[in-house]
Amino acid sequence: MIKRSFFKSKYLPYLLIFPQMLVTLTFFYWPAIQGILQSFLLSDPFGQRSTFVWFYNYIELFTDPLYLESIFITFTFSIAVAAVSISLGLFIAAMANRALKATALVRTLLIWPYAVAPAISGIMWLFLLHPSYGIIALAIKNVMGIDWNPVLYGKDAMAMIVMASAWKQVSYNFVFFMAGMQAIPKSLIEAAAIDGASPLKRFWFISFPLLSPTFFFLSVMNIIYSFFETFGIIHTVTQGGPGGSTNILVYKVYQDGFVGLNLGSSAAQSVVLMSLIIVITFLQFRFVEKKVQYGG
Amino acid sequence: MVEKTPLLDFFTYAFLMLGILIVGFPIIYSLIAATQTLEDVSKIPMPFIPGNQFFVNMKEAWTRGDLGTQILNSFIMASGITVGKIGVSMIGAFSIVYFDYRFRKIAFASVFCTLMLPVEVRILPTYEMAANILSPLQAIWNVLHLDGLWSWVSGHDIVVNLNWSLLDSYTGLILPLIASATCTFLFRQFFLTVPEELCEAAKLDGASPMMFFRKILFPLSKTNIAALVVIEFVYGYNQYLWPLLITTNPKMTTAVIGLQNLIPQADDLPEWNVALCGTLLVLLPPVLVVLFMQRWFVKGLIEKEK
Repeated sequence: MIKRSFFKSKYLPYLLIFPQMLVTLTFFYWPAIQGILQSFLLSDPFGQRSTFVWFYNYIELFTDPLYLESIFITFTFSIAVAAVSISLGLFIAAMANRALKATALVRTLLIWPYAVAPAISGIMWLFLLHPSYGIIALAIKNVMGIDWNPVLYGKDAMAMIVMASAWKQVSYNFVFFMAGMQAIPKSLIEAAAIDGASPLKRFWFISFPLLSPTFFFLSVMNIIYSFFETFGIIHTVTQGGPGGSTNILVYKVYQDGFVGLNLGSSAAQSVVLMSLIIVITFLQFRFVEKKVQYGG
Repeated sequence: MVEKTPLLDFFTYAFLMLGILIVGFPIIYSLIAATQTLEDVSKIPMPFIPGNQFFVNMKEAWTRGDLGTQILNSFIMASGITVGKIGVSMIGAFSIVYFDYRFRKIAFASVFCTLMLPVEVRILPTYEMAANILSPLQAIWNVLHLDGLWSWVSGHDIVVNLNWSLLDSYTGLILPLIASATCTFLFRQFFLTVPEELCEAAKLDGASPMMFFRKILFPLSKTNIAALVVIEFVYGYNQYLWPLLITTNPKMTTAVIGLQNLIPQADDLPEWNVALCGTLLVLLPPVLVVLFMQRWFVKGLIEKEK
C-alpha cells in the first residue's frame, strides 16, 4: 500500500531504504543462503576441504536417534512451557480483571518479570530448585517425598527449565489476556448477568470464547519463545544435560556447530529450524484471522 | 462489577495476592539470599530473615564479576540496537509508504520475509558473516575471477584478501541485530493511518520530503517511538546467544553472560549470596526501564505483535 499523496524523488527513496536493505541482505539473506549451501556440503574438521554430498547431512540427521530425541524434547518442553505460562497468565488476568481496586498497582507488580533475561530467570530458579540449597527443592523432597535432583535426573532437570522459562512468560501472557479482556464489551457481560449467569459461567461462556484469538496467538508466541529464546536458560542452568535430557534443538545447533565443529550437520539443523519457523508463521497468519475467531 | 458477590470477591483478591506472590517469589527469595553471609546462605533451609551483608556481597560481586565493565557493555549494546533499529526501520518505512519507485514492493517483501527469522536459527552462517563482513565481496571477486582479470590487465599478480572482522567489537554486537522487520512493519502500519491531508498540505506549502518527515511525521510518531524504545532496550539488554558467540574477550562480554562466572559450580564454595547479588544488579536496569515506562511498554508490546 502507498499513500494517495506521495512524494516524487529520484534518489531519496533508495537512499532511505538503503540501510535497511543492506543490513537485511548481509545479516539475513546472505547467511541464510550460506547456511543452505553448507547443509549440502561435508567439510573436514579443519575447514580445509568440503565436498558436495547432496542430502547426506539431512539423512544423517533424521536417522540420528539423538536428533530425534532432541525434537521430542523440544516439543515436550515448549508445550509444557506454553501450558504452564498461559494458564497461569490467564488465571491471574481473570482475577485482576475482576478486582476493582488497585489495578494499576497489580499490573506493576505483575509486569516486571518480562524485563528479566531468560538466563537470569534460570539462575534464580536454579537456586530455588538446587538439590542441596534450594528451598523449593527441600519442600519437594520433604513434603512430597520425591527424590529431587535436577543434576542427576533428566525429568527433574526438564521440570526445572520449564519452571524457569514459564515464570518469565507469565507476565507477557498476562498483559495480552488483560488487554483482551478489557476489549470485551461490558454490555455482553451485563446482559448475561441480567439473564442470571453466575460470574464463573460468564467467564466460561463469554470471556473465554471471545479470548480465543488471543489464546491462539499466545500459544504460537510461547512456543516460538520456548524454541529459541530459552537458549540462555539451557546454557546457564543445564547445558543440555543430564545425559542430553534438556538438549533442545537450538542448543543442539550451537553444540554441534560451535563445540563439535560439525558444520554440515549444524547447517542442516539450522535449515530445519528455519523451515519449522516458516511453517509456524504461515499457520499463524492463516489461522489467526479465520478459524479461531469467536469459536465458542 | 455487575452484582455483589462478597465471597467471590474475597477469593478474587486472595488468588490475586497468591498470583503476585508466586510471580514475585524468586526475586524476594534472591533478595533475602543476597543479604546473607556465606554461612547463612548455605544453611538448609536458609533463614528467611534478611542479613546485613548486602553491601559486602554487592562489592564482592561487582569486583569479582567485573560487573561495571559488563553492564556498561550491555548498555552500549542495548542502546545501539534500540537507536539503530528504530532509525533504520523508520526511514525505511517512510521510503516504502511515501514514495513510489520501482523497487518499492520488492523492498517491502524482502524485509517482510525476514519477519520471524530470529538470529537463533541462522547462528553459524551469521557468525561466519560477522567474522568477515566483507566475505560476500570476496566471494563475488572470486566467482568473477577478478584476480585473473586484473593480472591480465596490469601484468601484475595480485591476491585480494578482503577481511574485516566484527568479532569482539561493539559493531559486531549491535549491527546484526539491527535488521528488524517488526519495527519496519509497525512504522508502516502507523504511517498508513496518518491523514493524507497532512502530506498534501505539506506539499502545497512546498515542504521537501525530509522536511515533512522531520516536522510532521517524526513528532506524530513520538508515542510509537517511546513504546519501541522500551521493547527494544529490553530485547537488546537481554540478548544471550549472539554476544556469547561473538565475544571471547572478557572485557567485551555483556552482563547477562558474564553472570555465568559467578554461579558456584559443584566444587566451588556455595557462594550463592554473591551470585544472586550480582544477578539482582544485572537484572535491575531493564526492569526499571519497564516499570518507569510502563504505559509505553504495554502499548508497544501489544501493538508490536498485532
